[in-house]
Amino acid sequence: MTGGPGIPDGTHVPVLMLGDVLLVTLQGELHDKAAEQLQQDIAAAITDRSARGVVIDVSGVEIVDSFLGRVFAEIAASTRLLAAETVVAGMRPAVAITLVELGLTLPGLRTALDADEALRMLTRASGYLSHVPGRRENA
Amino acid sequence: MTETSGRLAACLPIRSDMDLAWVRQHVRQAAAEIGFGLVEQTKLITAASELARNTLVHGGGGQVESVVLDNGRARGLRLTFTDAGPGIADVERALTDGYTSGGGLGLGLGGARRLVHEFSIDTRPGHGTCVTVVCWAAGAPRPRKEAR
Ligand SMILES: Nc1ncnc2c1ncn2[C@@H]1O[C@H](COP(=O)(O)OP(=O)(O)OP(=O)(O)O)[C@@H](O)[C@H]1O
Ligand SMILES: [Mg+2]
Repeated sequence: MTGGPGIPDGTHVPVLMLGDVLLVTLQGELHDKAAEQLQQDIAAAITDRSARGVVIDVSGVEIVDSFLGRVFAEIAASTRLLAAETVVAGMRPAVAITLVELGLTLPGLRTALDADEALRMLTRASGYLSHVPGRRENA
Repeated sequence: MTETSGRLAACLPIRSDMDLAWVRQHVRQAAAEIGFGLVEQTKLITAASELARNTLVHGGGGQVESVVLDNGRARGLRLTFTDAGPGIADVERALTDGYTSGGGLGLGLGGARRLVHEFSIDTRPGHGTCVTVVCWAAGAPRPRKEAR
């Protein structure tokens, strides 16, 4: 399955582990099935690897429609039931403006300006600061 | 008064979630070529994504036709989503935020209407649905939202 020229294949999302936080970086087009798969992958990764937090970096995402917005909300909800926190990081201004006009304000969702800040929020909360590679104290 | 001219840009099938990605990609390209600003582009692509998904999920699949418009002062894009599905019995209710016949959030249709400049629905229960939206590139005189 590929999206052909011009469309990143949109079928697989890598999930990285940084300390005890899962870092998920979304890029370009994401097919619906890949978004649903991601939801399951994250839940599995939280229990398999005892993650305490999930950062979804959406800085490379040009469009969030009601489907993808709902996926974010559901990831956050299931993550919470598994005793972890989700932070959506780096939303583009045009996407934020559009979501509000669409009527999707995602009230329960924690957000951060970028992935760095999201990691800081989560590691501060769980006290695992030193386990995150490459982060600076008091940056 | 200047006649609005139109040039057919594309006609794309809507049969799978991969087709939804193609529709977004096409609208993104067309909107950029026409000269839409980033926010306008994002709004139109998002509206197109909502309507294409409705065509797929509720209409059982269909197609979208895109036409580049020029009214002499501004350029715009018209998108027409057509399906031969069950139609919408109560359009006002379908447009209401929060109304869904399935497991959705019920934001797609009403939200898409807010994201574009012109919006119309032509539907007949048992025969299908056709939703048409138009967006003009910034600087164009925006038609006032009329009382319905
Ligand atoms: N093309 C269509 N054919 C038949 N019914 C439709 C069509 N588009 C919309 N509808 C009806 O209008 C309702 C509202 O649509 P809307 O897009 O607002 O919400 P949704 O698709 O149910 O959920 P969401 O888009 O938020 O995920 C739908 O639940 C459906 O009953
Ligand atoms: Mg919908």
